[in-house]
This record gives sequence, C-alpha cells and structure tokens, in this order.
Amino acid sequence: MTENILEVKNLNVSFNTERALDNLSFNLKEKENLVVVGPNGAGKTVLLRALLGIIPFKGEINWKKDVKIGYVPQKFLPDKTIPLTVEEFFKFKIRNAKKISESLNLVGIKNKSILKKKIGEISSGQLQRILIAWSLIDKPDILLFDEPTSGIDIEGEETIYNLLAHIEKERDLTIILITHDLNVVYKFANSVLCLNKKAICYGSPQEALGPDSLNQLYGGEIKFYKHDHGH
Amino acid sequence: MSSLITAIFVGGAAGFLGSLMVTKRMALVGDALGHVALPGMGLALLWGINVSLGAFIFLLMGILLVWFLEIRTELMTETLVGIVFVLSLSLGFLIVPNPELLEALIGDISKVSLADAVFSVFFSILTVMAVRKIYQRIILASISEDLAAANKINIKKYNLIYLLAIAVIVALGVKVVGSLLIGALVIVPAASARNISQNMRQYAFSSAFLGILSCVLGIIFFKITNFPAAPLIILTSIFFFIISLIFKR
Repeated sequence: MTENILEVKNLNVSFNTERALDNLSFNLKEKENLVVVGPNGAGKTVLLRALLGIIPFKGEINWKKDVKIGYVPQKFLPDKTIPLTVEEFFKFKIRNAKKISESLNLVGIKNKSILKKKIGEISSGQLQRILIAWSLIDKPDILLFDEPTSGIDIEGEETIYNLLAHIEKERDLTIILITHDLNVVYKFANSVLCLNKKAICYGSPQEALGPDSLNQLYGGEIKFYKHDHGH
Repeated sequence: MSSLITAIFVGGAAGFLGSLMVTKRMALVGDALGHVALPGMGLALLWGINVSLGAFIFLLMGILLVWFLEIRTELMTETLVGIVFVLSLSLGFLIVPNPELLEALIGDISKVSLADAVFSVFFSILTVMAVRKIYQRIILASISEDLAAANKINIKKYNLIYLLAIAVIVALGVKVVGSLLIGALVIVPAASARNISQNMRQYAFSSAFLGILSCVLGIIFFKITNFPAAPLIILTSIFFFIISLIFKR
C-alpha cells in the first residue's frame, strides 16, 4: 500500500475578512497526481501557497516527514534588463555543471547555449522549461505546478503536458498541478479537486467530474460575471 | 590621502550594494535614507561628535520606524519611506543651523581624518562581505518572492540585513558626498553597470568598480578645480552612465 505524502484537513485561508479557502480536506498518495481545477479567483494559487507554508492558514497540512517540495510558480516574469544568466540562476541552487546539464535534458533542452543567455531574454516557453528543470534539480519528492498554460501558445501547451508526463515517468514524482483546462484532467490526473473557495468535487476524474459539479464550478462564475457587469 | 581612501572604499561598497537596490526596484530608498540621516548629521556637527555616528543613529531610528509602520499599516514600503524621509528633512532644517546644514547636505571631504578612513575601510569591507553572503538569495527573492519563500528563504530577514547594510554605507558615505547626493552614489554606478553587463558577476563587479572610479576621479577634479567634491563625484558617475548608454546591449 502506498503512503500518503500529503494530508489536508479543514484548511481555511482568509485575507482580512474575505475567505479564500473554505474548509478544504483531501489526501494525496505518493506517486499520484492531483489536478486542481477551478475558475479564476477560486483560490487555486492560494492553496499551493498554503501548502508551501508561505501564507498563514487555519486547519491542518501534514506532509510526509522530510518531504522535499519543488515549486513552479505561475507568476514569474523577471525584469528583462536583469543581468542574470540561466546558468547563474541554476547556481543559486546547485553548482554542479553536470547536474545542470542533466536537468536541462530532462525538460527537453538540448542546446546548452541557453545557459549563457539572460533569463529575461529567453521565450516564455523556454522560461517555463527552465523553471521546471530548476525545481527538479535537487530531486524533490513532489512538484507543485501552477498553471503551466499561462502565457504559452497552444503548441507550447501541448508539449508542456507531454513533458510533465515524461518527467513523471522518469522521476517517479508526485505532482500537484493547477490548471483551468479540463482536458488536462482526463489525460493526467489520478484524482481531481474542483475548487471554488471550497471543494465542489473531489475524487477520480470519472466519478468527480459529473455535469452537476461542472455546472456548480463554472456556472457560478458566469453568473457572477454577468452580475458584475450589470450595474 | 585619508579622504581618497575613504572615498574608494565607500564608493565601491555603495556601488556594490546599489546593484541589488536597482534589481529590487527600490532605487530611491538610498536617496531617501540619505535625507533621513540629515538631522543626525546636523546634531553631530553641533555637538562635535562623529557625523557618521549621528547619521547612523537616525538611520536606525528611521528604518525601525518604517518597519513598525509596515506592520501597522498596509501601505507600500515606498510610501512609508517617503513619509519618514520628509519628516527627517523637516526636522533637519529646523534643528540644524545654516553653515552646518550646507556641510551636512553636500559633505566636506577635506574634513575626513585618518581615524575616519580606518573606520570607513573596516565597515565598508564588513558590509560588502555581509551582503555578498545574502546576494543570491536577495536576487532570487527579487525575481520571485514565492519561489524564494518556497525555498525557505526568509525574505523579511534578508531585507532587514540589506537595509542595515545600506544604512551603514549611507552613514559612511554622507561624509564623502553629503546627505543630498549619497543616493546617487548608490544608484548611478549600478544603473551604468546594468547597461553593460551580461551576467550577475560582471554586474556586481562593474557596479563596485564604477563607484570607485567615480570617487577617485571626482576627488582629483576637486583638487584641481576646488569646486565641492560631492557634485564632481556624482557628475563623474553620470558621465559613465552616459558612456554606458552607448555600449548598452
């Protein structure tokens, strides 16, 4: 039997008076993938940040002992003028050139000349690959991945998911992936968590993603949207 | 000679620290802190104690006040620094008599003693070494706070260390270029270095180097022309900035 790598019980996060996450509970087994879906502003990124322990929360977040977490944030737009090369960026973490090169191979970057380029000057697709390589280089047990599609063209999006599937096989990783793209769920998830401040659905994709829960998840957003512009 | 040595070390340290400041997009903090030092410098001049010491005490109080206000309000640091900066400036103008005021504003490098020089060399080296240790982590936090926090980097702690380092350099630097222009000594070499650098190493190094070069040339011009040293140093650094624009890649 595989162990739980993560157990979340009654997780609540509030900003001032506004509730961002409402009484969330779920578990994640080792080597399994959890995909978190939900509309904008549903608290998906907030969840990751709570899991990382970088924002205050109430409730319980229990990681497996000595777990090592890799994180690929959504918002990562370095200042274009920053004179920091990709190589120097890796060296923040690890100085071993061979490991850096291996980790680039893992994300499908063959041409190592990228190491000498400034981090603000590479394309967003390349930057995302670099970020994945960066977060994988010290061999984490679990990867938290926030919205890989943001700012990437459709072709790039395809390859990012293929890439993740590839990495998962290679490294035996547990992955928590945030997306608003429902197609990804069926391709990738062992379990899915539909989030709109609270858990709308949770379970395997086949049982959790019924028409009811989808309606509840995205229907709410549409209503809210109309309301917002009606005044 | 004392003045030259002081200027070399403080200029280099200011340039080095400035490279982080420009990256953190808080370029005007050095400027503001220069003004925060003003009342302290004025009082020190009046009472005949070391100007840098007076400056440093007021800088510490200013930083603590900003830190306290940051906790109490949700205003941007920049806004709070702005408020503390005009508070100090107003106090400075009220309590410092005119002749001392001018000296505090643009410094008087001819008054730098041998003891001052030794003191400046020691603290410049110490500050640069401390900031070198946290340099990479501050850069990482400046490109992504979340990524830094996820890697267990205590951003608040490093920001405070960095701010204290800036306070030390400002306190030393006010003797060389005065409280009005110390901000320039932190920002301008770093901005020029950013224009010409291809990587972080070059950037930090050339920023420190341009700080030193501006100070040395500025003091040479001061010896030749007898104009005040502070504006000459800063104008020299601006000259390098213009040159860097030509080489910008």
